[in-house]
Amino acid sequence: MARLIRTEKEVEGRYEEVWIVVEEDALDQWPEGPLTTVGRKVPRVDGHQRARGQAQFTADLQLPGMLHTAVLRSPYARARVTSIDLEPARRARGVRAVIGPQDLDQLTDEPGYVGQAVAAVAADTFGQAHAAVDAIEVQWEVLEPLLDPDEAVRQKSFVSEVDRYERGDFERGLAAADVVVEADYRTQVVLHNSMETHQAVCHWEDDGITIYISTQYIWGIRSAMADQLGLPPDKVRVVCHAMGGGFGAKNSPGDYTPIAAELAKRTARPVKCALTRREENVAAGNRNATIQRLTVGATSDGTLVALGGEFVNAVGFNGWSATTEGPMKMLYACDNVRTTQYPAKLNLPPMAAFRAPGFVEGTFALECLLDELAVKLNMDPLELRRRNYAASDLTQDRPFSSKNLAECYRRAEPHWAKRDDVRARSDGPWKHGVGLASQIWYGGGGPPSYAWIRVGSDGRAQIVTAMQDIGTGTRTAMAQIAAEELGIPVEHVQVSLGDSARGPFASISAGSSTVPSMGPAVRSAAADAKRQILEIAAQRFHLEQRVLDVRDGRIVSADGGSWPLTEITGLLESGQILGKGARGPNPAGMQVLTFGVQVAEVAVDVETGEIRVDKIVAIHDVGRVINPLGAESQVEGGIIQGLGHTLSELRLVDPQSGRTLTQTLDAYKLPTIADVPEIVTDLVDVPDAHLTNLGAKGLGEPPIIPTAAAIANAIRDATGADVRSLPITREEMLRALREAREREKERRGAPAPA
Amino acid sequence: MHSFEAPVGRSLAAVLREDLGLTGTKLACGEGHCGACTVQLDGVPVLSCITLVHTVGNREVTTIEGLRDHALVDAFVRTDALQCGFCTPGQIVSAAALVAANPQPSKDEIRHAMSGNICRCGTYPKIEEAISTWQD
Repeated sequence: MARLIRTEKEVEGRYEEVWIVVEEDALDQWPEGPLTTVGRKVPRVDGHQRARGQAQFTADLQLPGMLHTAVLRSPYARARVTSIDLEPARRARGVRAVIGPQDLDQLTDEPGYVGQAVAAVAADTFGQAHAAVDAIEVQWEVLEPLLDPDEAVRQKSFVSEVDRYERGDFERGLAAADVVVEADYRTQVVLHNSMETHQAVCHWEDDGITIYISTQYIWGIRSAMADQLGLPPDKVRVVCHAMGGGFGAKNSPGDYTPIAAELAKRTARPVKCALTRREENVAAGNRNATIQRLTVGATSDGTLVALGGEFVNAVGFNGWSATTEGPMKMLYACDNVRTTQYPAKLNLPPMAAFRAPGFVEGTFALECLLDELAVKLNMDPLELRRRNYAASDLTQDRPFSSKNLAECYRRAEPHWAKRDDVRARSDGPWKHGVGLASQIWYGGGGPPSYAWIRVGSDGRAQIVTAMQDIGTGTRTAMAQIAAEELGIPVEHVQVSLGDSARGPFASISAGSSTVPSMGPAVRSAAADAKRQILEIAAQRFHLEQRVLDVRDGRIVSADGGSWPLTEITGLLESGQILGKGARGPNPAGMQVLTFGVQVAEVAVDVETGEIRVDKIVAIHDVGRVINPLGAESQVEGGIIQGLGHTLSELRLVDPQSGRTLTQTLDAYKLPTIADVPEIVTDLVDVPDAHLTNLGAKGLGEPPIIPTAAAIANAIRDATGADVRSLPITREEMLRALREAREREKERRGAPAPA
Repeated sequence: MHSFEAPVGRSLAAVLREDLGLTGTKLACGEGHCGACTVQLDGVPVLSCITLVHTVGNREVTTIEGLRDHALVDAFVRTDALQCGFCTPGQIVSAAALVAANPQPSKDEIRHAMSGNICRCGTYPKIEEAISTWQD
């Protein structure tokens, strides 16, 4: 039965109270551990298509008569257009339409960052469009940009309200502390750099529009573009069969989709607007920089009595302010916590969600702070974490639906115990060490999400739902879930997704929500189809339905009868069995979270500041694992992005003009295959008994969260130096080493305490 | 096999993708930094986005379309050496050139030969495994 509930909806750590119509989730969870298909390693069902270059990406689309777009982007961080002449562009070769600030909301005559869209040209070729953009004549009034986040806080230049939080009494807690550590941490701007840049092809047809787009959220594009164009949502068809990476930056239409839609309308031709790599790195979003000024107080037995911080999110000209303070509020059982988060608005390119926004940055700072405290307390860092283990969610005073972080710590022990051996490998200037860091994040997904399944006379099933596979192996996981429930081989399940005109509403692929949101809907649809198959079988074989089941593609009865599934489905001829399923509600009154710990082994050359990461062990608790093969890939991918975040990736801007200096992939240093350490993945794989009919949580984001802190803590273990700024360049490493040497000198030179 | 009258000034990638409709070769940066557009010229991996088509001459161009039945494709799928799959054709073209010259490359040889092919999803450990076990 459909039920109306008032509930919290969480995406990327952002909550809103919403009304949701949910359907009851009446299925019992499967038993723990690997089943017939679920919990087994299954190669991705669309792997050959992708490997052979046959998957349909938006970038590959060539519709008849399709035009190409180039965008005029502001060369100034803050400016006003005093005059603009589009005529020279209109006269240029191959040009079919030109639009400016008067023509579209997404084009502006008051740009607020270098790269904001001002005008756009559609032409027969991209080269012609590009040349025409250069012909547009613009007069600018150049204004003084605001580029410094602390200055933005002083001027109260914010994208949203300042967020203040306190539980207990921070000042009193601090007064009771035996040991206090204060430290400032900084994290840099990181660029997503999906391999397929942001792009869309818009085509007006059948009194509506079809939008082919590289996106993480078909239905979000559909509703945003329906609003933009003043169309009923069903007149907007959104298609995404394959997309070349998103990592959080492809949740919305951006500027390129409205631009393509407007130019397509004016020219009555399909129009592609694809960002170049350089545009991608100024206009498509980024992980914003942070400044975190933190304090921790503990009693001498290691009990945390005060945690506090001022968090400046350097959001850019727009975007939203992520919960950088989240880990400090949620990870440990500290009674007295006070945080203030400043969402600084700057004349810099905008923020977009990037794989666990806020928690990646906040965990780096918090988990380094904990280890600096452990040094002062002379306490084992793992022991310090265990002593402050949070048994329930203190931010909202409610139980966790499940928490197996203690089990993660237990599994980390053998790796942690090796640190004397690892340190003993130190040789000459190369010092070795081991560090760890914990992970906390969301990843429970939620309603609504729907799936249909059809079973034909050949006994094969097709899942139909309008979700997207952003490269995480969604098609494969969904096929496994349906195969398990239906009792048929995974090869007998097809997955049809990627088109809003084919199938029901489906979740965003962000916030680690795909498996926990869609998986239960697919299982429920499969169960509906199976129930109907057994109803028919019961009539055909004159048996009670409750003694029948489907296993290994056969209908079996409790008294030992066994018939091929097709003996029943074959009766259908051209008929089909149609199953329908919905995602049930999240457990009321419970906090659904993911947890984990990573252990890093590093080596540092204390003469040159060179850092080498030798090994990362990743132990995560994400509930039931659907596909251990794909899950391992997610973990490795997250850690490798984390490695780039920790050691090499840095968006540089010119501090005078606000121009991005690292727009190309030779300047912006992504990890390569040569940079990758040994990675060991260990997933706890215990279903969350309270969460849905699967007990599965998301895994996309957790693995990137603790990597930076684990590496920084290993560096401290190896060298005694406190690195506090990402990326840990050689300059930062040498600065921290110098500071550590001076501290040591001071300590030795200081008179012994009386 | 296509023979093509090459227009001066166009890139090999543009001709493959736009004129011949061979879209297996991907463009991700367009300026020779990422490896997604890798093809082979007489067996040697080159970046087709910064190769002008009129310089190809009589050399044989091998794209992913010509390697669809290569054992590396199965190896990449078996080991899960792809996620979004956008860089994967370029990875396989590079790897095919490597194993043609050196059928059993060491870990260091794989890392050296493949370091010009960027994968933002981070499938590198699996790519290494796929190339190490491609004959299995």
